[in-house]
Amino acid sequence: MPELATEVERLSLIIKIGGMPVRVNTTDPDFLAMLRDRYAGFVAAPEYAEIEFDIDLSPARFPEPDADVRVTQQHGRWTFERGDFRAEWEPASRTGWIRQTANPYSIDAVLRIVHTLVLARQGGFLLHSASAIRNGKAFLFAGVSEAGKTTISRLAPPDATLLTDEISYVRKQDSGYIAYGTPFTGELAKLGENVSAPIAALYLLAKGKENRIDPIPPAEAARSLLANLLFFAEDEELVQSTFHSAFEFVSRVPVSRLTFVPDARVWELIR
Amino acid sequence: MSKLYMARNPRVAARSLDGEMMIMSGRDSTLFTLNKTATILWQAADGATPLDEIVEHRICPEFEVEPAEALHDAETLARELASHEILQISDEPIALANSSSGVSR
Repeated sequence: MPELATEVERLSLIIKIGGMPVRVNTTDPDFLAMLRDRYAGFVAAPEYAEIEFDIDLSPARFPEPDADVRVTQQHGRWTFERGDFRAEWEPASRTGWIRQTANPYSIDAVLRIVHTLVLARQGGFLLHSASAIRNGKAFLFAGVSEAGKTTISRLAPPDATLLTDEISYVRKQDSGYIAYGTPFTGELAKLGENVSAPIAALYLLAKGKENRIDPIPPAEAARSLLANLLFFAEDEELVQSTFHSAFEFVSRVPVSRLTFVPDARVWELIR
Repeated sequence: MSKLYMARNPRVAARSLDGEMMIMSGRDSTLFTLNKTATILWQAADGATPLDEIVEHRICPEFEVEPAEALHDAETLARELASHEILQISDEPIALANSSSGVSR
């Protein structure tokens, strides 16, 4: 009698960013190999996962490939949608699924979204900023596109450990904040190191004719921080929570403006 | 002329820092920084005190302006804040909902 169904082997990978293990399951060994390569340094040994996604590599085209990201929640179930993927995640069961084609960008976006949602409930956030560790302390360099995140990362001296050139991972811990390395890259296209350190300062980047650090008023610091936060969810409770987290952060972490010329001497100010 | 009452929208998040009042819409994450007059309106918007009393007791002494002119400007501002869903306005007193998650702290 012929078999009615063929069992397909399920392949798994744990991607651990910011100390949070996320398991992704797929049946496609090539896709798994691509993920293993894409998240090298952030792949963890099989262990308990806080979140688990089954990936459905759909051959079908998505109807609106240019659609912007939408993150909504209904009855405890989150839906993430963009032109190139659709995903659902239920925090109560810690499980979800992602439907996408076999590309690294869609799952990268899903990971960013799910981390922002988890962090938002814990007083943390993802921030458009480069970050690096020097002398055991983490420094964040925030700014919009062209502000100098890639430049300051490229100029980092050998004794600085780059956490990211694009998106910093900020987790609240006790009375302070910890920055973690991320695989979320910008123009430098170089993964951050998977390490962490207490945050000593946040610098708002500005290109200028000299290297200098200037204090900025707390209200401006909060405004600038809010402008650089990654946040996707259309959810009033989480918006309010993230808003208050930003103010909490600027009350505990020094925020200054770092004006710099594009050469390595700027790092003499970062210690 | 009918009275105008204002109440803070509990669906926004608000913080005052260094005298600047910042408000974020919970609906679309838009960030607003209120000027001094708008901050006074926000702080006084208890749903029960009519706008003319707020203008008389809080705005006129602060800015040394004529009451009629101040009331006209304040009403325009209140309606603008309402259009951004920062304030709720009504010609009757407004019962306040539980707004613990959205108030300044």
